[in-house]
Amino acid sequence: MMLGMPGTAPAADDLAAARQRMVREIETTQRDVAEHTGSKTLDPRVLKVMAEVPRHLFVPKQHQAQAYDNRPLPIGHGQTISQPYIVALMTDLLRVSPGERVFEVGTGSGYQAAILAKLAGEIYSVEIIPPLGRQAAEVLARTGYHNVEVKVADGYYGWPEHAPFDAIVVTAAASHVPPPLVRQLKPGGRMVIPVGTSFLTQHLMLVQKEKDGSVTTRQILPVSFVPLTGGH
Amino acid sequence: MVIESGFVTAGRKAPPPTAAPPFALGIALSLVSAAALAYEILLTRLFSIIQWHHFAYMMISVALLGYGAAGTCVTLLRERLETRLQAVFAGSAALFGASAAAAFLLAQRVPFNALEFLWDPAQPLWLAVVYMLLFVPFFFAAVCVCLMYTRFAARAGRIYSFDILGAAAGCLGVVLVLFVVAPLAALGCVVAMALAAAALVTLVAPARRPARALVFLLLGAALAWAVASPLGTLRMSPYKELSQTLQVMGARVVAQTSSPLGLVNVVESPQVPFRLAPGLSLSAPGEPPEQLALFTDGEGMSAIARYEGKREPLAYLDYITSAAGYHLLARPRVLVLGAGAGGDVLQALYHDAAAVDAVELNPDVIRLVQQDFAAFSGAPYGAPGVRVHVGEARGFVAATQARYGLIQIALLDAFGASSAGLYALAESYLYTVESLQAYLGRLAPGGYLSITRWVALPPRGTLKLAGMAAVALERNGVADPGRRLALIRSWNTATLLVKNGDFTPEDIAWLKDFSRSRSFDLDWYPGIRPDEANRYNQLDQSWFHDGVAALLGPQRAEFIARYKFNVAPATDDRPYFFHFFRWRTLPELLRLKEQGGLPLLEWGYLLVVATLAQALVASIALILGPLWVLRRRTGAGVGRGTWLRSAGYFAAIGIAFMFVEIAFIQKFTLFLSHPLYAIAVVLFAFLLSAGLGSRMSERLSTAASSRVPPAAWPVAAIAGLSLGYVWLLPAALPAFAAWPDAARIALSAVLIFPLGFAMGMPFPLGFAALAASAPTLVPWVWGINACASVVSAVLATLLAIHFGFNFVLLWAVALYVLAAACYPRRAQPPAS
Repeated sequence: MMLGMPGTAPAADDLAAARQRMVREIETTQRDVAEHTGSKTLDPRVLKVMAEVPRHLFVPKQHQAQAYDNRPLPIGHGQTISQPYIVALMTDLLRVSPGERVFEVGTGSGYQAAILAKLAGEIYSVEIIPPLGRQAAEVLARTGYHNVEVKVADGYYGWPEHAPFDAIVVTAAASHVPPPLVRQLKPGGRMVIPVGTSFLTQHLMLVQKEKDGSVTTRQILPVSFVPLTGGH
Repeated sequence: MVIESGFVTAGRKAPPPTAAPPFALGIALSLVSAAALAYEILLTRLFSIIQWHHFAYMMISVALLGYGAAGTCVTLLRERLETRLQAVFAGSAALFGASAAAAFLLAQRVPFNALEFLWDPAQPLWLAVVYMLLFVPFFFAAVCVCLMYTRFAARAGRIYSFDILGAAAGCLGVVLVLFVVAPLAALGCVVAMALAAAALVTLVAPARRPARALVFLLLGAALAWAVASPLGTLRMSPYKELSQTLQVMGARVVAQTSSPLGLVNVVESPQVPFRLAPGLSLSAPGEPPEQLALFTDGEGMSAIARYEGKREPLAYLDYITSAAGYHLLARPRVLVLGAGAGGDVLQALYHDAAAVDAVELNPDVIRLVQQDFAAFSGAPYGAPGVRVHVGEARGFVAATQARYGLIQIALLDAFGASSAGLYALAESYLYTVESLQAYLGRLAPGGYLSITRWVALPPRGTLKLAGMAAVALERNGVADPGRRLALIRSWNTATLLVKNGDFTPEDIAWLKDFSRSRSFDLDWYPGIRPDEANRYNQLDQSWFHDGVAALLGPQRAEFIARYKFNVAPATDDRPYFFHFFRWRTLPELLRLKEQGGLPLLEWGYLLVVATLAQALVASIALILGPLWVLRRRTGAGVGRGTWLRSAGYFAAIGIAFMFVEIAFIQKFTLFLSHPLYAIAVVLFAFLLSAGLGSRMSERLSTAASSRVPPAAWPVAAIAGLSLGYVWLLPAALPAFAAWPDAARIALSAVLIFPLGFAMGMPFPLGFAALAASAPTLVPWVWGINACASVVSAVLATLLAIHFGFNFVLLWAVALYVLAAACYPRRAQPPAS
C-alpha cells in the first residue's frame, strides 16, 4: 500500500483511509484465525483505536509510505515497530479498560503506548535506548497522548512509584519473566511478552496473575497453523 | 615475434603453446591465487561478523563466478590481452587488490538486512548488489589466472600447479594470519599480496619498470594500512545482538579478541545490568548476580557471572530446566560440553559436583573468563575439581575414557538466530544420532545425558532431539527407549534427559517434585498420562507430549512424514540438526504471512536456494551467455560431437571436484574435531596434492596409450579411493580419535593425498588435449567448468541436506566416470 513518495506528506483523508484498510486487513486475518480456532475475536474497541492512531507518525520518514502495511518496520537503533496485527493481538490479550494503569517495558516507537493510551487510564513506559525513549516521548506529547509517561530507565524492576499495574507489556527481549514485574502485577492482571526476533514475532506469552496470586503462563501462536497434516 | 624469457614483448603473435612460463610469472600467479582464496575465506569470516554465516555459500559461488566470467572475457579479448601479458596481469592484479578492499567496504554499506528478506521486496535486490560488488575482485584475480592458462595452454599442468599451490598456501595462510591479526588487517594482507604480485610482474617483465613496481608496492601498503586502520571499520548489522546491546545506555565493550574461531566481545552494562537466565522459573528465590555479556561474532550472548566463591548468589542456577539432572544424582562427575562463559560449570559447582570436565572450543573464551576477568568471574575453570579442555565436544568424547554421571550440553546458540532458522545450513556434529550414541557410551551406569534447547513453537528441535535419542538408544540395543527419556520444559527452554538405564519410580518422583516446585512442565517421563503434561506453560495443544509420544511409538515414521517441519533424525551423514524446512509447508506459511506466519519459516534454507538461483542466473549471463553469442568465433572449425564431449567432460569434472572436496571436508571435520582446522587442513591437502598431480599429468599425457584415454587412470583411482573411503573411514577413523592433533592432521593429509593427487589430473589432461586438438574450445570449456563449479558448490550442500554426503560422493564418482567417457579425443600432433 503506497501513500506517496517517502518524505512527502499524504493528505489526512488518505491516511484515514489507509488506516481503515489496515484495520479491515486485521479483521480479515482474525476471521481466518477464528475459522480455525473457533474462538478468538478481537475486541472492537482495539480495532477502533487502531483505526484512529496515526501509525505513520511513529515510523521514520523514509518508511511512512509503508506505515499502514501489515508488516514490521525498522525504526532505527536496531529496533522495529511490530506488525499491526501483532500489536492488535497483544493489546487484545491485555484486556485493558478505561481508568486502568498499564506498565510498558520497551517504549520503542511509542505506537503501542499510544494504542494503550486510548484504551486505559495511565500508561507508564520505560525505554533503555536513550534516543528512542526521548523521541517516543516527544512524538507522544506532540500527538496529544498526555496520559503516557515515558522515562529512559531499566524496566526490570518495574516502576514501583506507580505499581501495582492492571496490565504489563514487555516488548523488550527478555531471557526470563522479571519476577519484580510479576510482583507489580495486580491480582487478576495480565502481562504479555512477544517472543522472537526483531522482525519476526514467534509467539506471544501471556502471564496471568489469578485473584489468589498464583501465576499461570500461556503461549499463543498468533497464526492458525497446525503442525501435523490432517491433525485438526 | 620477440620472446624473452617466455614473455611477448612487442610481437603480435603468441609464442608456441609448448613454451613454459617463466618462474617469476609462476610465483606471481601463485600470489594472486593465494590472495584470491584467502579473500574468499576471509569474506566468509567478515560476513559472519557483520551479517550471518549463510554468506559462506555466497562467497564460494561469487568467487567461482568471477573466475568463469574472467574466462569469457579473456576468450573474447584473447589476442589483445595475450600480446600485453605482463601489463594486463599487473593491471588486473592491482585492480584485484584495490577492489578487494573497496568491494567489501562498500558491500557492508549496502542496506541489506537478511531479517527483512521476506518483508521487503527491495532486499533481494540489495543482496544482488552485494553479490555483484564482491564479484568484481574475483573477476580481476581470475583474469590473471585465466590469461596464464590460455597463454600457456599446452603447459596447463605447470600453470595448474602454480595456481593450485598458491591457493593451498592462501587457504592455510589466512587461517594462521587470523590467529595473529584482526579480520580487517588480514584483508589488508590480501590487498598487499595482490599488489605485490603486480609489482613482481612489472619488475621481472622484459620492459622492466621499477618505478611502476614501486608504485604498486606503495599503493598496496597504503591500501592495506587504510583497510586495517580506523578508516575501514566493521559495520555490524544493527539487528545483531551485540549491536542492539550496545545501544543500551551505559553499555560498552570492555574486551575484544579475534581468531579464526570468532570475534569475541565482552560487554559491561552498569546502568541496565545483564540478567541472562534463560527460562528462569517464576519461583526462583533470587535474581542472577551481576553479569558481563560475552558475544561471539556479535551473537550467541552468554554471561560471565560474578562469582566470589559463595554458593548463595548462584541459587538461580537451580531454577532453570538444565538443573534437573542434579536432582536425580548426588555429587555426580560432570562433563560440560560447550562450557563457554562458564554458566554450566557454576551450576555444577552450586550442586557440589564431585568433578567437572569442561570442554570449550574457543581458547579465547576460556582465557577471558579464567584470566582477563578472573577477578570478576572468580576463575571458575580453576575451581577445585574443575578441569577445562580446549577442543570440540565430539572429539573430546571420542578420545576420553572417563565415565560421567551427568553430561550437560548447554544452549550454545542464540535464541533469535535459532528461532528464525538461521542455522538451517550449519552442519553440527554435536547433535546427530551417532553423537548421542557416543555421549551415551560415556555415561556411568544410571548416569544422565542432559541436553537443553530453546523452545520453538510449534516444536521442532526438541522433538527432533527426542526422536534422535530414541534411535540412538535403539541402536544401542534398548528395546523401549521411552523408559529412558524425560522432557522438562519452561516457557523458553526444554531439557531432554536420557538415562543410562530405566527411570525408577524414585527418579520420577524427584523429577515431578523438581518440575512442580518450579512450575516447569514435565512433558514426558515413562508412564506419563497425557493430562499430566502442558500444565504450567500452557500451549493450545500438548504438542511436546503428543510429539514425543508419537516419536517413541510405532507411528514414528508416519509422524515424521506428516509433521510440517523436518524432524527426521540428523545423522553424521546428514548433520543438519537445524534444518527444519519442508517445501510442502512453504505455500501454507506464505499464505499465513499477514497473520504472522513468516516466523515459522526456516528461511536460512531459502536464502541458500536463492543464492543457488542467483548463481545459476549470473553464471549463465556472465559466462555462458557471451560465449554462446560468440560461439562461431570461439568454436570455429569444431564438430558438434567434439563440442558436446568437451562440454560434458569439463562440466562433469567441475561438479565432481567440488562434490568430493566438500564431502571430504565434512567427513574430516568430525575426525579433526574442529571445523576450522578441517577446512584448512583438508583444503590444503587437496590443493597441494592436486597441484602435484597436475604436474604429473604432463607425463601421464605423453605416456598414455592410444586405447585408454589418460584420464581413465586418475578416474579409476578417484572412484576406487572415494568408494573405499565411504566404507572405510567411518569404521576406521574412530580408532584414531585419541591421537594428538598433529598426528590426526598428518593422518588426514596422508589419506587425502592420493585422492587429491588423482583429482588434480583430469582438468590439465583434458585442457592440454583440447589445446592441441581444438584450441578454439579452450575458453569455452573453461567457462563451462567454472559454471559447473559455481553451481555445484551450493548444490553439494543442498543435496547433502536431503540425501547425505555419501550420496554426494556417489554422484561425484558417477560424474568422474562420465567424464572419462567424454574425454576429448586424443590430440593430434601440433602442426609445426
